[in-house]
Amino acid sequence: MTLDTEVAPVAPPPPRLQATVHTEEAAATPARPPKLTARAFDLFYGAVHALKKVTLAIPPDSVTAIIGPSGCGKSTLLRSFNRMNDLIRGVRTSGRITLDGEDILGPTDVVTLRRRVGMVFQRPNPFPMSIFDNVAFGLRLLGVRDRGELEGRVELSLRRAALWDEVKDRLEVGALQLSGGQQQRLCIARGLAVEPEVLLMDEPASALDPTATARIEELVLALKSSYTIVVVTHNMQQAARISDRTAFMLSGELIEYGETSRIFTSPRQKLTEDYITGRFG
Amino acid sequence: MTPRVPEPFPRIRFGGVSRTRRVTDAVVLGGCRVAAWLTLVPLGLVLWHLVDKGRHALTVGFFVHNPKPVGEPGGGMANAIVGTFVLLGIAAAIAVPVGVAAGVYLAEYGRNRFATTVRYVADVLSGVPSIVVGVVAYGLVVIPMGRFSAFAGGVSLAILMLPTIVRSTEEMVLLVPRSYREGALALGAPEWRVTQQVVLPAAAAGITTSCMLALARAAGETAPLLFTALGNRFWSVALDRPIGSLPVLIFDYARSPYEDWNRQAWTGALVLLILIALMSAALRYTTRRIR
Amino acid sequence: MTVAPLALPARRPRAVTADVLYREVLRAAAACVLVVVAVIVYQTARGAGPALHTYGARFLTGTEWDPVAEHFGALPYVFGTLVSSLLALALALPPCVGAAVYLSELAAPRVGEAMAFLIEMLAAVPSIVYGLWGLFVLAPWLRAGIEPWLIAHLGFLPLFQGFPFGIGMLNAVIVLAVMIAPTIISISREVLLATPGALREAALALGATRSEALGVTLRVARPGILGAVILALGRALGETMAVTMVIGNSNAMSWSLLSPSATMSSVIANEFAEATGKLHASALIEIALVLFALTVLVNAVARLLVYWTTGGRRHDAARA
Repeated sequence: MTLDTEVAPVAPPPPRLQATVHTEEAAATPARPPKLTARAFDLFYGAVHALKKVTLAIPPDSVTAIIGPSGCGKSTLLRSFNRMNDLIRGVRTSGRITLDGEDILGPTDVVTLRRRVGMVFQRPNPFPMSIFDNVAFGLRLLGVRDRGELEGRVELSLRRAALWDEVKDRLEVGALQLSGGQQQRLCIARGLAVEPEVLLMDEPASALDPTATARIEELVLALKSSYTIVVVTHNMQQAARISDRTAFMLSGELIEYGETSRIFTSPRQKLTEDYITGRFG
Repeated sequence: MTPRVPEPFPRIRFGGVSRTRRVTDAVVLGGCRVAAWLTLVPLGLVLWHLVDKGRHALTVGFFVHNPKPVGEPGGGMANAIVGTFVLLGIAAAIAVPVGVAAGVYLAEYGRNRFATTVRYVADVLSGVPSIVVGVVAYGLVVIPMGRFSAFAGGVSLAILMLPTIVRSTEEMVLLVPRSYREGALALGAPEWRVTQQVVLPAAAAGITTSCMLALARAAGETAPLLFTALGNRFWSVALDRPIGSLPVLIFDYARSPYEDWNRQAWTGALVLLILIALMSAALRYTTRRIR
Repeated sequence: MTVAPLALPARRPRAVTADVLYREVLRAAAACVLVVVAVIVYQTARGAGPALHTYGARFLTGTEWDPVAEHFGALPYVFGTLVSSLLALALALPPCVGAAVYLSELAAPRVGEAMAFLIEMLAAVPSIVYGLWGLFVLAPWLRAGIEPWLIAHLGFLPLFQGFPFGIGMLNAVIVLAVMIAPTIISISREVLLATPGALREAALALGATRSEALGVTLRVARPGILGAVILALGRALGETMAVTMVIGNSNAMSWSLLSPSATMSSVIANEFAEATGKLHASALIEIALVLFALTVLVNAVARLLVYWTTGGRRHDAARA
């Protein structure tokens, strides 16, 4: 195949929907179509224009970081990918968001979407149940009843989340007894149990101490071979450490998007450069 | 596709949400909505019947005449309406000063064990059934006085109102910004003056509101009056004699076998509810003015 | 050279005394609250003395209530109070929790608040008005339509045997359920609003339906809702006027919902003003004492639960 993998976007957007700032939609080839895309996506909280014609494509089995100063809309964008913004009253959207090429904003099964696109929140939010019940929660919803199967899948998820060794002897203990970092890994295990395809992480380590943060970052790197991961972070060094591609947002607009190493060494936009060098943010 | 961690289990078939889950979801959500509207039905029914049945005898005469013997037309509930106001007046005269003072104490000096006990006991008091309070007031006032009296009725209502006034006053006084107090203290005013002349006026609207609310609720109380103020078919505003009141007269008329009196009972109830609504509306008006 | 010490102005004794006096007056007012409760306890205990002395434990197990012969057994009344309150609770609980869920989680904020306000208005209607409604509106409905239907179709159950009077336990249960509904709904709603939204989000993000996410929230709110329920129970136990008017006032103890019955508060309301003899009055006061103890206990448990789950935020449950 002689396809130029660096340049061709999946489908050229019609001119009027084209984003007004430069983006790259590289690494998206017919052989590896993007997992998640946004096309000219607008979002309004009432009268506030929170996301402005955002367009980007996220490749599968990779880590994409979204960085930007507070209030730039990165969390809002993340939450749009699993339609968690639907929970907020007065939200309007326009444009398209696709998962595996299919639009998710129209009449879709939101419940299944959210299973396929999992989310980890900034503050760990385990249910006030035992560790086992937390991980099994989603499985039980899906109809898994057999105790043996449940135990096996729970162990699998806890192993994938690098938490198994620490809790294997106390699965019946309440989840809230764990440390912050452990709780966050539990939330990741809980999300992994329902076999998602995408993992959305909203500042997953910002409420944790440095050691726990390092373990989460290790985990993300280990998981990326099997999942498409999108991480929102306000920590640029973290983005540089763990992500393959980085998107920089400011005031609801996607300013620049491309390979992480390039973004941090030779950004094409002045705004990006200013943010990275700490001139604002 | 990069292999995942090898698993011994077949992948879960993700065809979407099962029909059972979908149906359960719709039933539960729909059921909650139905339940909410359903709980408004009794209110609507009661109000509807109240107006429907009570409006017939709602004439000027109702407010002006006293009860007449059965069979004689044109009776009213004038003495009972006035009696209710007299009882509320006595109750307020007892409960408001004591309750407000106690509430101010809890707000200004209330960080010790005594205050905590008082708060807890006030909560206990608010849960005492009104009939028990009536029995107590009987032993406390009726027996020593040797007769049923308006005063005894007022005492029982005061006991019922006390916990509400205490706790609400505390809340209102605590709402007054610290800066008011500190500003006055910095000018060298003694503490008691600061409370009296700065804090209390600021909290006055809220306190009045709570007292009105307590009075509105006391206006509807019947049980404790049954054996304290007893009831009186004739005009009487003497404090040391039995006195009629709206709730008790409604009760007597309702239980009588005479249709005319039954109808008047509805009218009395309508008047009572309007009275309570007016008293509560007054409080909403004053609350709005604080903002 | 010695410098004379600064002559500091003497503390104004008047102001200090005034402060102390003021505080003591206020403290005395606060103490009145304690005095009032002490008086209640003392009066009921003292008044009940003769009956306690004469009947002992038999008072609560006996079923005969004869003022003339001075045989007093209060079991039918205790039974009536407990049965009417517990059944009213069972009847009110599912719709009220559902309504609370709707008002806190499902309805648009303004609709939810407006409806919550209307429901609190239900609580402002005095007991006697509910009694009137139960007596003149509900009783004919029961007598003419519902009770005959129950007897015809479910009469094989001892629960529905008897004559359709219209008044009786069933009427009282329905009226009580309506009266305690606002309490359950408003406190449950507050408890639900206080549960962290993060759990709901977590459940939804895992692919739960709205009702499944609700299940998680309810599970967390359970202690608080339980508190609301127990508080409502306390309310129902002490309810007098409405019950007195519709329960039929017979001291028969029966398994049938259709039979006239009586409660502790209804017998006091009916008989106290014309109690024949000291022992009769004392027996009634002993019933008041039992009722008092019961409601205080129930309310104490309830408040503990509600405080615990709304994070100590004070809710004047006496208001609802």
